[in-house]
Amino acid sequence: MTPAEKTIGTVANYVDERIGAAGWVKKSLNKVFPDHWSFMLGEVCMYSFIILLLSGTFLTFWFDPSQRDVIYEGVYAPLKGLKMSAAYASTLDISFEVRGGLLMRQIHHWAANIFMAAIVAHLLRVFFTGAFRKPREFNWILGILLLTLGFVEGLFGYSLPDDLLSGTGLRITSAIIQAIPVVGTYISFFLFGGAFPGVGFIPRIFTLHVLLIPGAFLAVITIHVMLVWYQKHTQFPGVGRTEKNVVGHPILPVYMAKAGGFFFVVFGVIAFLSAIASINPIWLYGPYTPGQISAGSQPDWYMGWLDGLVRMAPPLETHAFGHTVSWNILIPALIVPGIVFTGMALYPFIESWITGDKREHHLLDRPRNVPNRTALGVMSVTFVMVALINGGNDIFATNFSLSINEIMWFSRIGIFVLPPLAFIITKRLCLSLQRADRDLLLHGTETGRLLRLPHGEFVEVHAPISAEKAFILQSHEQATSLEIEEVDSRGVRRPGSFKNKIQRRLSRAHAVAVPKVTDQELKEIEHH
Amino acid sequence: MKRLSRYRRHKAAGPFLMILALLAIGTTFSVASATVKQAPNAFARSAAIDEGKQIFLKGCSSCHGLNAEGGAIAPSLIGVGAASVDFQVGTGRMPMADMSTQAMRKKPVYSAEQTAALAAYVASLAPGPAIPEDSVLNYERDGNTAQGGELFRNNCAMCHNFAGQGGALTEGKYAPTLMGVQPKQIYEALITGPQSMPVFSDKTITPAEKLSLIKWIKSAESEPNLGGATMGRIGPVTEGLLAWVLGIGMLIGIAVWLTTRAR
Repeated sequence: MTPAEKTIGTVANYVDERIGAAGWVKKSLNKVFPDHWSFMLGEVCMYSFIILLLSGTFLTFWFDPSQRDVIYEGVYAPLKGLKMSAAYASTLDISFEVRGGLLMRQIHHWAANIFMAAIVAHLLRVFFTGAFRKPREFNWILGILLLTLGFVEGLFGYSLPDDLLSGTGLRITSAIIQAIPVVGTYISFFLFGGAFPGVGFIPRIFTLHVLLIPGAFLAVITIHVMLVWYQKHTQFPGVGRTEKNVVGHPILPVYMAKAGGFFFVVFGVIAFLSAIASINPIWLYGPYTPGQISAGSQPDWYMGWLDGLVRMAPPLETHAFGHTVSWNILIPALIVPGIVFTGMALYPFIESWITGDKREHHLLDRPRNVPNRTALGVMSVTFVMVALINGGNDIFATNFSLSINEIMWFSRIGIFVLPPLAFIITKRLCLSLQRADRDLLLHGTETGRLLRLPHGEFVEVHAPISAEKAFILQSHEQATSLEIEEVDSRGVRRPGSFKNKIQRRLSRAHAVAVPKVTDQELKEIEHH
Repeated sequence: MKRLSRYRRHKAAGPFLMILALLAIGTTFSVASATVKQAPNAFARSAAIDEGKQIFLKGCSSCHGLNAEGGAIAPSLIGVGAASVDFQVGTGRMPMADMSTQAMRKKPVYSAEQTAALAAYVASLAPGPAIPEDSVLNYERDGNTAQGGELFRNNCAMCHNFAGQGGALTEGKYAPTLMGVQPKQIYEALITGPQSMPVFSDKTITPAEKLSLIKWIKSAESEPNLGGATMGRIGPVTEGLLAWVLGIGMLIGIAVWLTTRAR
């Protein structure tokens, strides 16, 4: 033992005698993580969150979350002498008079956009590979919770500077709150401390934005990551990978080095974007006054689909018992997102009810092998994309010389027609890909080498695929549907047979698949 | 003389004489064709009106009618004033190339003189807003940028966007970008209300306020890109696009690279 090792041993022993975590640390450091690029999307979320915490803390040093009126006397000439809120004036000061302030603001905002984008990308990866299945349903729900928190945190964040664009967003927020039947007006008065815009909302959302929601974020992220740690990471099928093991790199040194390095990569990409591209140039928007609005007022991208849904809603309103119900806001801004988020959170349970599969899964699905789920995912993405396009309808209209009315009608019809169409196309594509896999297994890959046989026939030589690839192509289970009889063995209708009927129908649709290559078929091929 | 004639057979003599002759012709022509700029007298004005009428009959009357009385596809021009003609023709909107949505800004078809003649003709039909004099348009001296910004956000931004980049109106119509528009043309648009734009009379926005507006628009035009590339100054749509394409795109690329096994 070298003296250095001896010293380290003494120190480690000293710490362990007092903390006694050596066993846990040893176990943890030997933990293995599988390698796949899509497993790093969650890391992008976590790292951009850390960047948000750091850059946000910097901004609080100078930001004044107050709606008190001030006269701007700063360095930005086009706004000099104007009356504005202290929140807006201090954001201008951060941008123009605090050293590195504008860069920090842009880092904070780009990090927020990338944080939300990475959450969505991570969610899609988890969904399409079936990583949410037992035992990870709770962690899926925590993920949905983080996404929801992100929406609220983002909205509050870009509302804080009290510029013309963010004030417009708050005006819409207050309108959406007021659209809640009966109690909406009261809730709006309570939140804004009176009629819109009031003087209390900015300081209130500031406290929520910098204290309560980040705290909730930290707590949920901690549980989210601890559950991944405890339940171990899922892995894609491959030779030597089973439901009972994890194949990959141990935490030390490879994984730690990669993950640690990746943090700086994420920081670097965000800092690069912030250095080259402007984001939320509040000095151009001007201070918020309820009487003003700009053409092309849009929320940040993750809110865009909600804005698009509101924009496409036809003007529907009913008056009853002295109450107005604005369906045109209530449905697109509250009911539809409510259904979307609830559906997302419950999906793992819905799928397991349909398939009747209550087993644990640690091996991921290849999306093509579960056509129904993949098609449902693409259908949802299509729905959000149509709404998102309509959210930017005025921008698309001016930049592509289109009519805003036509884009709106395209979206109104498309929101009903395109998602089912996407479902059907995706499902067919998945089945075709399964068929291609089957062909690959049975006939190998085309080599492009043509052979002329003695009797003149031309054939292309096919080469068998590698054993690893063949293993992956055969690794999935043949999907089977639930067999639920409507009547029991004595011919009596089961109670709840309507429920059973739906379950059976869905289960059959879910189990549509190309037959797997059997061992028998493989043997026959070998004899050829 | 004798000394000069020594060079008459020099090989440079021919080209030299040619240049001299060209210079002489050019100078004579420019002196002869230069007109002395005078204050327009009644005679010159009526000549301009006549010229304008000729241009109008050739280029405009098929839609606007032989006496500018308007028709099924074009409005009457009686009483629209010289400012309106100067704006529509001077920005190339008239004559129209495409009648589907609205006249768009393009390279003017008529020269400055022809435009002035057309304006004089239309102004002679009935009184209307006149072309603002250059002396009135000293916005650099008489305008106030911050006040102009307030006026802009109150009156213009809802169609032309917060930075004057333009925006969508209904049925494919649009409020055009204000970048690169001459101060005189901005002023004329305000007093004549072309196409979908309302008229901002001197009672709504005083002449001094109009100059502030122009000054703010000009300052927005020359505004440096303080935070980096602006992606059009059209708000968060392009920002979101960049976050996905460049941000997530780069990060996924790097993640793929990090997880590639060394071969």
